Amino acid sequence: MADVTITRTGLPAEAGQVSSLQRLMRRKSTIAFIMTLPLLLVIFTLVAYPAFYSLHLATLNKSMVRFVGLGNFEFLFGRETFWLVVYQSCLFAVTAVIFKAIIGFTVAHFVHNIPSKGQRKWRGMLLVPWVIPPAMSTLAWLWLFDPSYSAFNWLLAHVGVAPVSWTGNTHWARFSVILVNIWVGAPFFMIMYLAALKSVPEQLYEASEIDGANWWQRIWYITLPMMRNIISITALFSLIVTFANFDIVRVLTGGGPLDSTHLFATWAFRVGIESGDIPLGACVSLFMVPILAVAATLILRDIGKRGNEA
Amino acid sequence: MAQVTLQKIVKTFDRTEAVRGIDLDIADREFVVLVGPSGCGKTTTLRMIAGLEEITAGEIRIGGRLVNDVPPKDRDIAMVFQNYALYPHMSVFDNMSFGLKLRKVAKEEIKERVEAAAGILSIMELLDRRPRQLSGGQRQRVAMGRAIVRHPQVFLFDEPLSNLDAKLRVQMRTEIKKVHQRVQTTTVYVTHDQIEAMTLADRVVVMNGGRIEQVGTPNELYNHPNTRFVAGFIGSPAMNFIPCRVDAHGSGLKVKVADLPDLPVPAERAERYRPQVGRELLLGLRPEHIKESRGPLGPGISEIQARIEVVEPMGMETMVYFPVGGIDVCGRVAPEAGGRAGSAMPLAVDMNQMHLIDPATDRVV
Repeated sequence: MADVTITRTGLPAEAGQVSSLQRLMRRKSTIAFIMTLPLLLVIFTLVAYPAFYSLHLATLNKSMVRFVGLGNFEFLFGRETFWLVVYQSCLFAVTAVIFKAIIGFTVAHFVHNIPSKGQRKWRGMLLVPWVIPPAMSTLAWLWLFDPSYSAFNWLLAHVGVAPVSWTGNTHWARFSVILVNIWVGAPFFMIMYLAALKSVPEQLYEASEIDGANWWQRIWYITLPMMRNIISITALFSLIVTFANFDIVRVLTGGGPLDSTHLFATWAFRVGIESGDIPLGACVSLFMVPILAVAATLILRDIGKRGNEA
Repeated sequence: MAQVTLQKIVKTFDRTEAVRGIDLDIADREFVVLVGPSGCGKTTTLRMIAGLEEITAGEIRIGGRLVNDVPPKDRDIAMVFQNYALYPHMSVFDNMSFGLKLRKVAKEEIKERVEAAAGILSIMELLDRRPRQLSGGQRQRVAMGRAIVRHPQVFLFDEPLSNLDAKLRVQMRTEIKKVHQRVQTTTVYVTHDQIEAMTLADRVVVMNGGRIEQVGTPNELYNHPNTRFVAGFIGSPAMNFIPCRVDAHGSGLKVKVADLPDLPVPAERAERYRPQVGRELLLGLRPEHIKESRGPLGPGISEIQARIEVVEPMGMETMVYFPVGGIDVCGRVAPEAGGRAGSAMPLAVDMNQMHLIDPATDRVV
């Protein structure tokens, strides 16, 4: 250890008693650094290193021996499937998040109005879809969507509607993956919005009731503005997770039919792992970064400014 | 402008009775204060007038109209909440105009009314701010402004000053009184602070345990309390209650208190207290009626020798505490009277202001 950098001036010399190492260990900043070190290591190995490595990978050729610069990106821009994946990822994420938010908000409102005795039970049950590993629950949905033996088509047959090819037709397949994603993700919105609802002071509602607001005006003028920050943060968080979704599409449709349900993650997997072009796969997955960065900036734009206004 | 009438109002939460049958007539333009210890049902009563709480039994009328089943927004009332309940995401102007906006009042009129109210409360320069940028006193003014702009029939105040520091509280108290004198709207005001009640009210309603103990002007309550509760609640420091017995004393009566010489009852009270002769009662004496003794004693005034234990100088007066029959009695003497802890001091007891309380019924006899 270098003595020079750590000597503190004005301290009585305890030479012989306290070694420089001990002195170093006593400094607050040293202790703080050591205590955060495990987390820093985790972040480095699991976030920073893979991120930079994928940047590096994206500049190599298929056999990963030659530097091709932005060649992979150029190649992607020229492929129709790539633009299809961009469109599908945006459609999937935006539609699913909007519906998750609406359903989550509505359900949260209902649960909020249940007397507190029964509320725990409902809260627990409604969280189930979110708690089950999605790959598992998607398997169950796969059976429900089965063209010949599924519950859905059986019900439709009973009311005289022709069976639907849930995962075989482009539009129905997209509908199905979005539906399952909403089913899995809505409880997260519900629980976030429920917490936000509970934090709105009851007196604001009473004041607005006296001011003459009906229930819709109370939601519009009190609830929504008071929850604005939670709504933005939840939506952003969910947008990122939904955009990067992998398991539902992978299990339900595998990206088909004819690539019409591929998202960035599933297509990157298809290109990079299954087709063996790892640099191109890395390149695909890197495309999520700028798109999500724009979304994050837009949504979080003035959260700091609004802050907690209570 | 309207009178408010409560008839046999009862409120039950699950199985606890919060309000147990209240009758109250509030005149047009009157300032009525509901006062009592926490849990006495005063806030519940106010919330029932507002329509925020359902009425279990009884009738409430505002301006002659039965409002039991009328929602708050149609009762034509405005309320000021304890923690202001300002909308944090709206500017002061929007906070004040929100009720008018929902009632579809024309924009120009809203502006006019808000500015008029802001003028009354001198918050003109705050109209663009958000509540979080305001101090406690300013928020309180905005909350009042929100009530004033509506021109309601009745103002309801729910402990509006209890979140302010002591100095600001006194200042806002005067402010509220000024505003009421200016806008002349019927007002129901809830507080647990008897000084607030006394200073603001045309009439004070003292509540205890879900019932009304006594209704009267501040001076009536102070000078003629009906019950031990009111006698002890109104006035600060509180009235002294000393166990005593009333005995015949020549043609008149006297009050016998342990450790003290006999205290003759003033002649004009003798008839009233004669039925109590021989009974164990409580003598109620306010500290301000136990003063330093100087010069010849007037009629109805007795002198006692007190062994002072504690002296509390307050500046304009000094509180002295001395034991009588095991109870600490408080007297209020002039600062120059020179009471010292541990010393004896002659004190003059003004028996013209005495009260006798029957401990069995807690009523003033």
